[in-house]
Amino acid sequence: MNRKLVTFSRIVMTGVVNFARNAWLAVAAIAVMVVTLTVVLFSLITSATFNNTIEQITDKIDISVYLKDSVTDEQREALIKDIKDQPNTERVSFVSKDEALQKYIDANADNPDLLSAISQTDNPLPASIQIKPRDLDKLNDLKHYLSQDDIAALQSDDPSYSGDRKEAIDNITRATNILQRAGVIVVLVFAIISVLIIFNTIQMAIFNRRDELTIMRLLGASTWYIRGPFVVESIIYGVVSALISVFLIHSMFVAANSTLQATSLGLLDINYSAEYFKAHFWLLLATQLTVGILIGAASSVIATKRYLKFKTHK
Amino acid sequence: MVFVILGLMILLDRVTKTYGRVATPALDRISLHVEPKEFVIVVGQSGAGKSTLLKLLTREERPTSGKIIIGGIDYDKLKDKDIPLLRRKIGVVFQDFKLLPNRTVFENVAFALEIVGMRNREIRHTVPKVLDIVNLKGKEKRMPMELSGGERQRVAIARAIVRQPKILIADEPTGNLDPKHAWDVIAVLEKINRYGTTVLLTTHNQDIVNKLKRRVVTIEHGQIASDRAGASYKV
Repeated sequence: MNRKLVTFSRIVMTGVVNFARNAWLAVAAIAVMVVTLTVVLFSLITSATFNNTIEQITDKIDISVYLKDSVTDEQREALIKDIKDQPNTERVSFVSKDEALQKYIDANADNPDLLSAISQTDNPLPASIQIKPRDLDKLNDLKHYLSQDDIAALQSDDPSYSGDRKEAIDNITRATNILQRAGVIVVLVFAIISVLIIFNTIQMAIFNRRDELTIMRLLGASTWYIRGPFVVESIIYGVVSALISVFLIHSMFVAANSTLQATSLGLLDINYSAEYFKAHFWLLLATQLTVGILIGAASSVIATKRYLKFKTHK
Repeated sequence: MVFVILGLMILLDRVTKTYGRVATPALDRISLHVEPKEFVIVVGQSGAGKSTLLKLLTREERPTSGKIIIGGIDYDKLKDKDIPLLRRKIGVVFQDFKLLPNRTVFENVAFALEIVGMRNREIRHTVPKVLDIVNLKGKEKRMPMELSGGERQRVAIARAIVRQPKILIADEPTGNLDPKHAWDVIAVLEKINRYGTTVLLTTHNQDIVNKLKRRVVTIEHGQIASDRAGASYKV
């Protein structure tokens, strides 16, 4: 073992021992860090869930362009190509007359009256082109394009928009944005509070050991030899807190699943959240550990700074 | 940074130290030159400036003006990160011992070696030898609280010499000792000095000064009143 490794292992060992000795002193620091990390984790999951909900709804929004029966295959292909070239077009698909009829039959299988009204030989349903727009806020571009005379001439009817869904989507998007912004603010506030409390805990520990620090300094201990154990100690706070917060969220999903039998809380799709949590468990755990370690390390480095300064005034 | 390997020469050039806004300086234009391997006794009454002088040498304090150069290192140009390296070359026996209260005698001495990254096996090998030199064999597991003043003093000396420093600064190391133990301590210092360590000793003890017949620097009111080889001293 070389010298640096020996020193490193001594620093880690001292940090672990100090953590064990200060455990009760650290309760406050760990408690507030758990709250911080739980809020972080909760906002990550809800944000992913809302995004999923929005995606699911927006995915169903499309524009149907109904074609006259007289439109030739060439005209149709040319139109599809032209629509594909529109900047706001995400995807284009074609539904032939036969397919439209089949869909109608499938949808009304339990309604013989409606079924008898139409038949294979006399199919009144038009062929249509389904456009999936890229940006729902710019639907007007597509509307304008489709109402041009030469394109309108190919259509049997006005295009239909699933416009009523648009409003719902706008509401969800707005709510999500607000929630995400609030989440960031809450996370920041809790992060600052936990930094302050860890700060305080470390300072108390330093105060108890200030004579030792002075002696270490006089004997020629390097800054990191003195600071290292405190940083290790705070990193342990971070790791413990991260594990607790992940466990808390996990228990919450288990409870929601078994006790409440809930599938959603208001806008929040709990089932998806639980699945997201399960699917991204390791990533989320790693994120929690990283945030916890960073908060712990940063606050202890700052807290020890003033005790390690050499005299500069003459 | 590179320390001169042959030994560290101590050079103070018109060093003045004033604390805060106090009108009279604790040290007033002190110039001192100590060769490697020299044994120098610094005498003077309480408050004369002895402790300040030692604190300047360990870079606990900075001089208000003047230059301090040890082993070719100009203290004005010493970077913060190099201060620990400098202190590892200087062993200090503090007047108030500065032992770690929660550690045993062995651990206190080992501590000086731990912070420089020495392996545990080496530490277990080195510490008993040094404890033997200061006559503390068999007391390895005692806590500082359980020791007499003289024994604590010797732990402090063991810790100061265990790293085989180039310079040993001993601030009143005989202050709390009866004559017999005081001479034991002095004997250790002389031994270290024979092995090539520069020793700077401050003391009040007239008897020791007179019998040692070494260079004596007398400080009065922050100034060097006399600096003579083989001198005697009267309180």
